[in-house]
Amino acid sequence: MSEITLVAMPKWGLSMEEGKVNCWLKQVGDAIAKGEEIIEVESEKIAGAVEAAVGGVMRRHVAQADDVVPVGALLGVIAAAEVPDAEIDAVVAQAQANFVPPSAADEETGPSPQKAAIGARSVRYLKQGDGGVPAILVHGFGGDLNNWLFNHEALAGSRAVYAIDLPGHGESTKDVGDGSLDTLADVLLGFMDHAGIERASLIGHSMGAAVAMAAALKAPDRVASLTLIGAAGLGETINTDYINGFVSAPNRNAIKPQLMMLFGDPTLVNRQLVEDIMKYKRLEGVDTALRTLAGALFVAGRQTTSLRDRVAALGKPTLVIWGEADQIIPAAHASALGDKAQVEVIAGKGHMVQMEAANEVNQLINRFLG
Amino acid sequence: MARKITYQQAINEALSQEMTRDPSVIVMGEDNHGGEGSPGEQDAWGGVLGVTKGLYHKFPGRVIDTPISESAFIGAAIGAATNGLRPVAELMFVDFMGVCFDQIFNQAAKFRYMFGGKAETPVVIRTMYGAGFRAAAQHSQCLYSLFTHIPGLKVVMPATPYDAKGMLIQAIRDNDPVIFCEHKMLYTLEGEVPEESYTVPFGEANVVREGDDVTVVTLGRMVHFSDQAAQAMQKKGVHVEVIDLRTTSPLDEATILESVARTGRLVVVDESNPRCSIAGDIAGIVAQKAFGDLKAPIEQVTAPHAPVPFSGALEDLYIPSVASIEGAISRVVEYRK
Repeated sequence: MSEITLVAMPKWGLSMEEGKVNCWLKQVGDAIAKGEEIIEVESEKIAGAVEAAVGGVMRRHVAQADDVVPVGALLGVIAAAEVPDAEIDAVVAQAQANFVPPSAADEETGPSPQKAAIGARSVRYLKQGDGGVPAILVHGFGGDLNNWLFNHEALAGSRAVYAIDLPGHGESTKDVGDGSLDTLADVLLGFMDHAGIERASLIGHSMGAAVAMAAALKAPDRVASLTLIGAAGLGETINTDYINGFVSAPNRNAIKPQLMMLFGDPTLVNRQLVEDIMKYKRLEGVDTALRTLAGALFVAGRQTTSLRDRVAALGKPTLVIWGEADQIIPAAHASALGDKAQVEVIAGKGHMVQMEAANEVNQLINRFLG
Repeated sequence: MARKITYQQAINEALSQEMTRDPSVIVMGEDNHGGEGSPGEQDAWGGVLGVTKGLYHKFPGRVIDTPISESAFIGAAIGAATNGLRPVAELMFVDFMGVCFDQIFNQAAKFRYMFGGKAETPVVIRTMYGAGFRAAAQHSQCLYSLFTHIPGLKVVMPATPYDAKGMLIQAIRDNDPVIFCEHKMLYTLEGEVPEESYTVPFGEANVVREGDDVTVVTLGRMVHFSDQAAQAMQKKGVHVEVIDLRTTSPLDEATILESVARTGRLVVVDESNPRCSIAGDIAGIVAQKAFGDLKAPIEQVTAPHAPVPFSGALEDLYIPSVASIEGAISRVVEYRK
């Protein structure tokens, strides 16, 4: 029997139970190369594209635009042009007959976040995958481990990948101490001790990239490589209007324009994303944490700390990824490490490039980590 | 935020966290510890439906059972609030509020105003409202519009466990009297609630669902009915925006008007009787301030102007249904395509 590949609704993040079809990017009859984006779907958090796992021809659209279907449900079929229609119809019918929507019980058996005691702090983390040189994902200012929802699983195919909530963020303790990179880096290294990780590939976004660099400078032997995405700590410039607007926004209407600055395509900021950020900002201690961090790290349009020269001198294998349309930290910083780093600038994407260009970023990181 | 708890547990947790944080917070009402600690009484009620269960042992002396006299203990709570405590008084059913209107309407609501801003009354009155519990005419009303009418009171009605916890903490920390309305049919509703403390500000409506065709403004239990109706209409290609007011005083007019400016069509869904109601109030505001935006007459979906029936069959017909909300949405869409 010829190869028939089913395209199913992906699961992005722990809470996703169903997704909406926004539009098909490939029409029935179109030829598809492996890795091409074929359909745009939307979870309640964010929209994104599903890429083809194989090359072939788009043979069926089972779900149509605006349909809302459970995770794992059949969206469409890719197969070679010579596969007979009857064969495809049979596979579709069988897939639909056998499909069992994920239940709440299944959710609980999937990976779920844990808490680690690091000194007096509690740090939430989520582990996926096993073995290899472990990687640790470190989010940016005001983010949490869900910032990696499009990346975490894709990177965990051949290694253990941990995503953590930094102090002051997500469900970790809100005490950020003096708010310095050193304090945050100590927590990151403390987490590695807790998880029994001797040496890790650190993958940081924005402020998290600066934390990863600070950890590498403190404990060079424990860091295998650095992946720095839209990184802080590589130069002076930063959009402190964004930082201050994010910190001070008291409600949904005030935060939304701030969040729109994070993306090359501002329409990605939907109701749920805004609501999740406001829920985070309302937690006791978050306001103080954010103000402390902003006061220590980002003042009057400038970053207080540049780690550029010291990191360049460290000589760790380094991958730098930037969205060309980044409105928070300019993409010009991508070349800060000169020829000491592999530099990838992605056109049209903003600060949250790991979400906006997830497939491309995942491929770059997987290739870099080997 | 994976942890899910019920609306009732969320309220209990808010009380517990605020009592831990602030020793001036006390809880009082009928059967709030249900005789726990008295000879022969081992199993505390924790209020009529058990919302305050467990607090008595955690906070000895700060959970007070009162006589069955609403006028007395609501007055006592208001007096205590003016003297430095932050009482959370539980008045079982909002239907019984009539006997303490003077204490609430004429005293608590007026102190700040009449004493030149020098007096504060940080009291919270928690109360149950709403039909569907087979509790008949005297235990099923939605009287929130009465409180909304009185300047000086804040009126809050969370629709979800998340809002219940955050808004009760906000209410306890607020320096003005707050009427905190809990729908008895929502107590068992589960939802994601952070373990940490947080506040949800008053006067900020929640956009439960975004849409550009019709605006549905609603509150309390009707938020869930309206969202189901909106989901059904989505399948017919009608995109409904659902706005949960969360507080009727203060009122988030801006969110309503901004939405109607986009959709041009308004349905207000309110479980209470229709005369002098929140539904009528919202319709009036929109008719006055957004007349030019409207493409169709405003629809109001409410209970009829009648007491809540004793018969279960009639009670089910009395409460606005998902189908009646869908009908109203269809009418404003069909009015002028």
